[in-house]
Amino acid sequence: MLDYHAQTDRIAEILEAHSRLEGPLLPILHAVQEAFGFVPDSAIPQIAAALGLSKAEVHGVISFYHDFREKPAGRHVLKLCRAEACQAVGADAVAGRIKAALGIDWHETTPDGRVTLEPVFCLGLCACGPAAMVDGRLVGRCDEGVLAEVAR
Amino acid sequence: MKIFVPLDSVAVALGADALVAAIEAEAARRGVPVEIVRNGSRGMVWLEPLVEVVSDAGRLGFGPMTLADVPGLFGDLGSHPKTVGLVEELPWMKGQTRLTFARVGVIDPLSLEDYRAHGGLVGLDRAKGMTKAQIVAEVTESGLRGRGGAGFPTGIKWKTVSEAPGERKYIVCNADEGDSATFADRMLMEGDPFTLIEGMAIAGLACGATKGYVYIRSEYPVAIRVMEAAVVVARDAGVLGPAFDMEIRVGAGAYVCGEETSLLNSLEGKRGVVRAKPPLPALQGFMGRPTVVNNVISLASVPVIMARGAAFYKDFGLGRSRGTIPLQIAGNVKRGGLYECAFGLTLGQIVNEIGGGTASGRPVKAVQVGGPLGAWFPPSLFDTLFGYEEFGAKDGLIGHAGLTIADDSTDMLQMARFAMEFCAIESCGKCTPCRIGAVRGVETLDRVARGDTAAIPLIADLCNTMKSGSLCALGGFTPYPVMSALTHFPDDFAPIKEAAE
Repeated sequence: MLDYHAQTDRIAEILEAHSRLEGPLLPILHAVQEAFGFVPDSAIPQIAAALGLSKAEVHGVISFYHDFREKPAGRHVLKLCRAEACQAVGADAVAGRIKAALGIDWHETTPDGRVTLEPVFCLGLCACGPAAMVDGRLVGRCDEGVLAEVAR
Repeated sequence: MKIFVPLDSVAVALGADALVAAIEAEAARRGVPVEIVRNGSRGMVWLEPLVEVVSDAGRLGFGPMTLADVPGLFGDLGSHPKTVGLVEELPWMKGQTRLTFARVGVIDPLSLEDYRAHGGLVGLDRAKGMTKAQIVAEVTESGLRGRGGAGFPTGIKWKTVSEAPGERKYIVCNADEGDSATFADRMLMEGDPFTLIEGMAIAGLACGATKGYVYIRSEYPVAIRVMEAAVVVARDAGVLGPAFDMEIRVGAGAYVCGEETSLLNSLEGKRGVVRAKPPLPALQGFMGRPTVVNNVISLASVPVIMARGAAFYKDFGLGRSRGTIPLQIAGNVKRGGLYECAFGLTLGQIVNEIGGGTASGRPVKAVQVGGPLGAWFPPSLFDTLFGYEEFGAKDGLIGHAGLTIADDSTDMLQMARFAMEFCAIESCGKCTPCRIGAVRGVETLDRVARGDTAAIPLIADLCNTMKSGSLCALGGFTPYPVMSALTHFPDDFAPIKEAAE
């Protein structure tokens, strides 16, 4: 974990790198999350001040989008598609077995901090479902075998 | 030896990257020089990863490839267990009219030379010799309508922006392809990004816009990477520059941002809530300035229209649905993938002849056309012709032309419930019918599932309210899957005691 000053410096760099964009808040938040794994609460005043926004406005944007995390995720993030095309090839049953094996529900992290399980609505792999994304990597025709990739 | 291994998300999700490593290792072991090109997908998902080897006769296909099949690529190709023959001669390929997707799967997506050699930039070159009004007239004359789902005539939208006063105007490409069963935008961006860039540059000329944005959903990492790289290549080659430049922006997992006004708010760095219209985005869009918001396929269809003329494009199609449409056949289907053809096939032809029916081998129960906001069609409506008005007349929509096929094990009450649940999760919260209605919809459908048939009229009433009272298509169209499920599959909504008896 970075200390507060290191965090402030890193965010200042990110803000500077995005200073010439029109409507820069989403790219900034993506970059902050890329840097820290989540968007720290303590980053909000700094971002708000740089963009001339209120803290509430920045918080409102962070909380609106599913992608932005307000706390760190597990070591692995497993996203399973819940949309119709994947449901049509058994995604619900696969998700049920994965939840049971991990002992967690959607949006939860295993107690050992190993895996965060998240639903996703469509990865564009609709003709080779059920689809999943493991730490950013795409998986087609997914079943509980995917758990091997998040075993450690 | 020249080998094509797709970089398309589907191929990657089914192991294409590992295949590339294995092919390279095998070639090194044998001392055979190989050139591996990462192409787009041909759209035959059941054959992915589809590896192609260049031969004197043409490109020979092998799929679905596994690592064990790699050494065979260096032996007698004719007897390779995964051979499918010449890819261009496959019925799936020969049956199509590939206009927008002509180069996808064929070329190296990031080679501008390849792009030019296959007819790229001809449309833009022609547009440069025309006036704004002439370009707009050509696109209008082609009959092209918004491929994102709304079906609004593209030329008319451009005309509004072109004639709007304003020093700075924008072309915004909506690549927030969130509908289940749709992946045409993704495939186009991954397989032929310069087509989209060329289409946007032409739109820029037609409208007097100097800046373009592509808003791509974060769930599409490959498309983001390819588009970002393509913009750099195009800029270095002078296709993009001070007169018209582009930027790739990444969404953050909000389905509603596929709605154009939400998308604009998101692009501005705000919560992706819907804006009331008017004002139209064409007049007050991004940063309050005149803005074209078009879907990927709409913009990517412009280069071929400009290159070959409006009359050529308009000649394909049916009624007021002109040109071609990239069908995306998905879900429980034997042969799923992307199939571009003129409007006018019947739904039955698409599902049974092209798709080959279900993958499970069980009877088709229903097909959802147009994504999560589209209606479920039973086989009794399989004679419906694929066109905007034709589907509208059957209380459905074609949307972005995605089709989810479901077999007879599907519980349509649960699919209706899912539609409401999805709307509740993804509602931007601005209007009440959507924000509250979807939550009440889930609760009411749960009552029906418990056997309370008195709740069924409430569903119809609620859907009516959502349809006429919502600000955008999320709340407004969620009734399509719900009501079509209820109308066409009433048995699934019957009291559970019947099933128990």
